[in-house]
Amino acid sequence: MKFVAYLHSVASKLLRRSETAAELEQELRSHIALRADDMERSGLSRDQAERRARIEFGAQEKVKEECHEALGGNLIEGLIHDVHISLRTLRKSPGFTTAAVLTLAVAIGANAVVFGALNALILRPLNVPQPHSLYVVGRANDNFGYESYPNYLDLRDRNRSFDGLAVNNFAEAALDSGDGPSRAWGYEASGNFFDVMQLQPYLGRFFHASDEHGPNSAPYIVLTFAYWHNHFKDDRGVVGRTIQLNKHPFTILGVAPPEFRGTFIAFSGDFFVPIVNQEQVDGESFLNVRGRRWVSEVIGHVKPGVTTAQAIADLNSIGAEIEKSYPKDVSQMTFGLSRPGVADVFGGAVRAFLTALMLLAGLILLAACANLGSLFAARAADRSREVALRMALGSSRRRILRTLFTEAILISLLGGALGLWGGVMLLRALNVWRPFPEFPINVPVNPDANVYVVALLLSLVSGFIFGAVPVRQVLRTNPYELIKQGSNVRAGRQITGRDLLLAAQITICAVLITSSLVAVRGLARSLRSNLGVDPRNAMLVDTDPSRAGYGGDGIATMQKRMMDAMAEIPGVTSVGLVGQYPPLHMGWNNTKVYTDQTADLRPANAATEVVNYSVSPEYFQAAGTALLSGRIFTWHDDKEAPRVAIVNREFAHRIFGSEASAIGSFYKIRNGTRIQVVGIVQDGKYTANLAEDPQAAMFLPILQSPSNEACLVIRSSLDPQQLGGAIRAKLRDLDSGMPAFIQTWTSEMNGAMFAPRMAALSLGVLGLLGAMLSITGIFGMAAYSVSKRLRELGIRVALGAQRWEVLQAALGSALKLLALGSAVGLILGILASRVLAYIVYQATSRDPFVLAGVVLAMAVMGLIATWLPARRALAIDPLSLLRED
Amino acid sequence: MVADSAQILPGTLDLLILKAVSLGPLHGYGILLRIGQISGQALLIEQGALYPALFRLVRQGLLKASWGTSENNRRAKFYELTAAGRKRLREEVEDWNRLATAIGSALAAQPEEV
Repeated sequence: MKFVAYLHSVASKLLRRSETAAELEQELRSHIALRADDMERSGLSRDQAERRARIEFGAQEKVKEECHEALGGNLIEGLIHDVHISLRTLRKSPGFTTAAVLTLAVAIGANAVVFGALNALILRPLNVPQPHSLYVVGRANDNFGYESYPNYLDLRDRNRSFDGLAVNNFAEAALDSGDGPSRAWGYEASGNFFDVMQLQPYLGRFFHASDEHGPNSAPYIVLTFAYWHNHFKDDRGVVGRTIQLNKHPFTILGVAPPEFRGTFIAFSGDFFVPIVNQEQVDGESFLNVRGRRWVSEVIGHVKPGVTTAQAIADLNSIGAEIEKSYPKDVSQMTFGLSRPGVADVFGGAVRAFLTALMLLAGLILLAACANLGSLFAARAADRSREVALRMALGSSRRRILRTLFTEAILISLLGGALGLWGGVMLLRALNVWRPFPEFPINVPVNPDANVYVVALLLSLVSGFIFGAVPVRQVLRTNPYELIKQGSNVRAGRQITGRDLLLAAQITICAVLITSSLVAVRGLARSLRSNLGVDPRNAMLVDTDPSRAGYGGDGIATMQKRMMDAMAEIPGVTSVGLVGQYPPLHMGWNNTKVYTDQTADLRPANAATEVVNYSVSPEYFQAAGTALLSGRIFTWHDDKEAPRVAIVNREFAHRIFGSEASAIGSFYKIRNGTRIQVVGIVQDGKYTANLAEDPQAAMFLPILQSPSNEACLVIRSSLDPQQLGGAIRAKLRDLDSGMPAFIQTWTSEMNGAMFAPRMAALSLGVLGLLGAMLSITGIFGMAAYSVSKRLRELGIRVALGAQRWEVLQAALGSALKLLALGSAVGLILGILASRVLAYIVYQATSRDPFVLAGVVLAMAVMGLIATWLPARRALAIDPLSLLRED
Repeated sequence: MVADSAQILPGTLDLLILKAVSLGPLHGYGILLRIGQISGQALLIEQGALYPALFRLVRQGLLKASWGTSENNRRAKFYELTAAGRKRLREEVEDWNRLATAIGSALAAQPEEV
C-alpha cells in the first residue's frame, strides 16, 4: 500500500512535473489568501493583509524545493539530471570522448572475445541431458582417449559404474546421395551411443544396440542437422532413403537434433554410422584387433551415487583382468576420467592458452583504465575552477563526485556496448571460420547471455576504476584558495608511478610491433624460400580408389589410369603420384631406418628417423624436386625388381657420410628389408612446420610400397579453376563413383602456414591493442601537462616564445617517454624475434624494413596521441588566459 | 505564529498533523489553526515547515488530498486520513503516551525512592 503510494508519488512527480508544480503553487496561493482573509477580519486592508501574509510565510521557493524533495524519487531524477549534464559535457569535448570510448571498446571487446571463447570451449558443458555426470574414459598413463574395440566391449560389459558406455570414432567417407560422391566426415558410433547420450532424434529414429548383429550388419546412417539442412534442404522425406557410403548402400534412419553435432566441440561432422560397419567406412576392419587403439573416444554417464574415484577403480580392475588375459596386446591399462568437449589430448593446452589470454585481456583492460584515469585527472584539473565555483555556491562534494562518476560510467557503458558489438561480430566470424579447408574443424563460439553479462559488468567496474582516479583531486579542492589564486599547481618534475606504467606500455607496444613486423616479413619470405618442392602451379588431387570399390591390384591399376588420364589434359606438363600425403601436409609418416650392418632392429638401434614417401617415377618432376645425382625410378621398379630408394641429401650425409658414397649403398628399414639407394634429391621441408630442422627423407617406388590413399600432383600453367574442371571431367570419365578432393598446392599449404600466420596475426592484434593503449596513455599525459601548465605557457607566449618552444615545454616529457620506450622496445623486440624463429621460418630482425617500420609506427602513434594537446598548446591566447585568471 | 511559542519536538510535527486531520478533513492553513486551537495556542508551527511534511505524509500513504471549497469560499486542497494514516496515528499516540509516562515518572523521582 505504502509502496504503491510511493510509486504513484514518484511517477506523478516525474511524469507530470509541471502539473505537480502548478498544483503546489496554487495550494500555497490559497494558503496565503486564507491567512490574508483572517488578517483582513482583524482590520487590515486587503493589500496590507496579503503583503503581511506573504512576508509571514517566508521564502516560497525554498518551501517548493522542500516539497519537491518530500515527494521522493530524487535518486532517479538526480540520475537523469546527471546523465543530461554528462552527455552535454562529453559532447563538448569530442576528442576526449572518442579516445576514451574507443579505448574501452577495444579493451572490453578483447575481453568479450576471449571470454566468449573460454565460455564456449571450457565453461559451457556439452549440449546433452545431464552433462555433469558425462565423462570420457582415457588411459591414465598417456592421457589419451583412444582404445581398441575389443577392450571397449570388455569395459562396456563388465563395468558397474556407468549408465552404459558408448564409443565414437572420427571417420571420413565418400558420401553419394545421388549427385556423385563427395568427401564427408562423421562419426562411427556404437549402437548404444545415442541412448547413452540420452538424445532424441530431430527426425526419424536413431540406431540402437539392438541394430548391431556383427560386422557390417547395420547399414544405417543418421545425419547431423547441419548436413541435412545444407545438402537435403530440410527435406523431411529423406528418412528411409538409401545413400551410398564408399559404394555401400546405407539407409538414412533420421536426423540428429540441431544442438548436437557430436561430442567433439570443434569437429563439425556430417553423419553418424554404426561402428560395426567400420570396414565399409574405413576400408579395413580393426573390430577384432585387441592391440590396436583406434577408437577415438569412450564416453558415458557415471551412475548417480558413484564417485569418479570409484568409477576409475572399477575400470582399473577390469583393465588389470584384460592385461592378464592378453599380455601380448595390452599393457598399462589404468584409467582416468575427463570432461568431453575439447578433445582431451588438447584440453590442457587449450585451457592454459585461453586462461593466459584471459589474463592478458584483463591486464589490457586494467592498463586502459589507468590511462583513462589520467585522462580524467586532466579533465578534472581543467575543470577545477568550475568545481570550486560549484562548491562555493553550495553544491556538495558528493554531488560533484556523482557527476564525475556519471561521466565515467557513461563512457564505460558506451565503450562497453561498442566493444561488445565488435566482439560479437568477431565471435560470429570465428564461428564460421574453418582454419583448415580439408578438415571439418571450426570453433563454435556463439556468444550467449554470459558473454553479455560479463561485458556489462566489466564496463561498470572499469568505469568505477577510472572514475575513481580524480576523486582525491576533487576532495582536496579548496574552493576559496582556488578562486583566489587560480590553479597554479606546479608541474611535477619527479617521475610518478603513472609515468613508469606508461613507459612500460610503450615498451611492450614497441616489442609487439617489432615482432609482428618480423613475423610478417618472415612469412612473406618463407613462401619464396627453398622448400624442396615448388607448390606454385601445382594442383593436388586427393583420391582413394578403395573408397570407390577397388581392392588389391585394382588400386595400383586405377592410380596408373588416373595419372595417364591427367597427363592427357592439354597444358599439363607432368603428373606424379605420392602415397598418402605430399610434403608440407599436416599429416606425414615417420619411420626408423638402420645401417646395413645393424642386425638387431630394435628401435633403440636405429640410425635415424626419416620422413618417408611412396612416389611414382614422375613425382619428382611434377613436384619440382631436383635430382642431384643417380637416377629416378621407372615403372620397372616393381614388386619383382630389387628394392630401391631415392633419398635426400640430409639422409645421404647422416647414414653414409657423403653423397658419393650413398649411391649404390644399402640400408635397412624396420622389417629388415635391404634397400639400395639409386638417387639423391635436394633437401626440403616435409612437415607442416616450415621452421623445422633439416630432416632426412626417403622416397620409395609406389609399386614396391603401395598406398590406397594417394595424391596426384599435377603441374600445369593453366588457371586452377579451369584445370580443376578438366580434372573432374577426366575422373568422371574414368569412374563417376571415384571421390576426389581437388585443391591447389599453395592452398593446401595453409596448414603448414597456420602456426606462423596465427603468430603473425596474434602479434599484430596485440600490437594494435598495445598501440591503442599507448596512444591513450600519451594523450592523457600530454593533455594533463598542457592543462596544468596552461598559464605558464600563456606567459611564455606573451614573452615571445616560439611555437616549437611552447610545444617542447608542453609535450617534452611525453615525447621523451615515447622515445625511450620505443628504443627499449625495439631492442627487446629484436631479441625476442630469436624465439619467433622457432615458429616463423626465416624470421629475422636484421632487416631495414623492420627497423624503419617500427620507427615509423611509433612516430605515427606519437603524432596521433599528441595532436590534440599540441593544438591546444599552440592555440593559447595569452590575453584571454591572463584575463580569466 | 509568534516567536515565543513553544518549540515542537523533532518528529512530533507529523503526529500533530495526523491528529489535527483525524478530527475532520482540513486544508493546510486549517491544520495550522487546528493545531494551535487544540494545543491551547501553545504549539505553533512555522508555515513553511507544514507543506513539506504534508507532501511527505501523502507520499507515505497516510494522508490523501483532494481539492474543495473552504468555509469562506476559496478553493483549497483538503487533507484527510487514510486507513493507514489512522492506524499510524493510533500507534504514534500509544508510543507518545508510553514515552511521556516514562519521562514523567523519571522526572518525578525523589531521592528517597532511589
